[in-house]
Amino acid sequence: MIKPILDVYAAQLKTSLAVQFQYRVSMMIWMIGRIIQPLIFLVVWTTVSRARGGDVNGYSEGDFAAYFILQMIVSQATFSWIMWEYDYIIRTGQFSFKLLRPIHPIHADIADNLAYKTLTLVILIPAALLLAWLFPPNFQWQWWNVGAGLLAIALAFVVRFTLEWTLALAAFWTTRINAINQTYDVTFIFLSGFFAPLAVMPQSVQILANLLPFRWLLAFPIELLLGRLTVQETLIGFAMQGFWLLATLTLLSFVWRAGVKQYSAVGS
Amino acid sequence: MNQLRILWTFFRLGAMNEMAYRANFFTQIFQAVISLTLALGGLAVVFSQTDSLAGWRPAELTALVGIYLLVGGFINLMIQPSMQRFMEDIRLGTLDFLILKPADVQFLVSVRQIEIWKIIDVLLGAGVLVVALAQLGEQIGLWQAATFGLALLTGGTIVYSFWMILATSAFWFVKTENILVIFQAMYNAGRWPVTIYPGWLQMILTFLVPITFAVTVPAEALTGRLTGQTLLLSIALAVALFFVARRFWQFGMRFYAGASA
Repeated sequence: MIKPILDVYAAQLKTSLAVQFQYRVSMMIWMIGRIIQPLIFLVVWTTVSRARGGDVNGYSEGDFAAYFILQMIVSQATFSWIMWEYDYIIRTGQFSFKLLRPIHPIHADIADNLAYKTLTLVILIPAALLLAWLFPPNFQWQWWNVGAGLLAIALAFVVRFTLEWTLALAAFWTTRINAINQTYDVTFIFLSGFFAPLAVMPQSVQILANLLPFRWLLAFPIELLLGRLTVQETLIGFAMQGFWLLATLTLLSFVWRAGVKQYSAVGS
Repeated sequence: MNQLRILWTFFRLGAMNEMAYRANFFTQIFQAVISLTLALGGLAVVFSQTDSLAGWRPAELTALVGIYLLVGGFINLMIQPSMQRFMEDIRLGTLDFLILKPADVQFLVSVRQIEIWKIIDVLLGAGVLVVALAQLGEQIGLWQAATFGLALLTGGTIVYSFWMILATSAFWFVKTENILVIFQAMYNAGRWPVTIYPGWLQMILTFLVPITFAVTVPAEALTGRLTGQTLLLSIALAVALFFVARRFWQFGMRFYAGASA
């Protein structure tokens, strides 16, 4: 059962890589935006740190530098753009083509996403190294951090992709999906640790962040890789990721079934 | 003046085109609110941890955000849609229709497409600015207000000339809409005073993608930080870039082969 799926992914990845390579200039330009964001936050927070004499809720300048370099990497590894495209795809009926395939449309999108990330590594790695040289980071690793960190990133990707793909399906019911997407974006930026380490955010925000999944999709892998979590906290983190994985998969299957039933397109 | 009448016509056209889609009005309000939340939320978190950011106080940074939203709104209202349509027109050859009209083509190209609902962004930015000014009240004298107006004018000219030069490159590299994305991507950096960034980034944001002159310099003028040097540089650059954009445009027009040429 696994072999056919892997074959499909191999083929799909090859296609996606080839297609996206054609748009490499656009990709590079988009990457500028994705690198600038963490860079801006890095500068802002190191400035704040300097004003406070080097410590903001347990984060020094070097800590902030390390945090945002990791934020750039983890963010790039886990993000997806699919919810911005589905409005167009479903509205114009192109979704019908996806439905005709013998496998679930989500697999093509996953392969697309992974192909993009593979190609942009060419920019991401030098950018991370450059940032590390310009803003000396402060890592406090233990031997198990890197392995656990990679696992956390992988899990975060799966949960985040499932969540955002489900969000994209809102296009089955409304054309105003951009409003939903933007609300999601702003919520994510503040509650996931994208804008600032959660330790630095006001208490009320931290409480809210613990109730929502976003924290476990970005802040958790970052804090793990920074070496700031104890073994116990790490295990709790994985448990939470597992919980949200189940929750989002369940949500996805409900929304998918309801959506496909309701889908009617030109020529179907 | 003729130019003003043409500008007003395009505004009316833009409004008439959009009035049929009233839902877009509410969508734009929603987007503006989201933008505002992002900017002011960020400030709120930063100022829960410190009293000043590189010497800028909360009210001053709020004014900066107001200017950021206002200038951004203006760019999205007129400059970005017009430049995008202009590059489309070159690709499709429909620029011919504009060239045949009895007005200056560069002017027409620059003001033709107006996304009327972006006025909401401009108004929101102005609103935030007014609120910030109310808090700064006593420190804003006539000199600050005058230099602020001047800085906005020169900043706007610099940004327009920058976009115009980039868009004119479409005469040679026809499929370059992506170039415009660079500005949008880097404009985010304008939400914070450019002086906090390391030297190399300040250079990029001043001379490569002119965001400093668009947002930070007017904010500096308003809060009394503007040095005579910077103001003179801003004026000089505005004049120079406008001239360069014009020359480049005329040079590009010679290379334009229309749809039926």
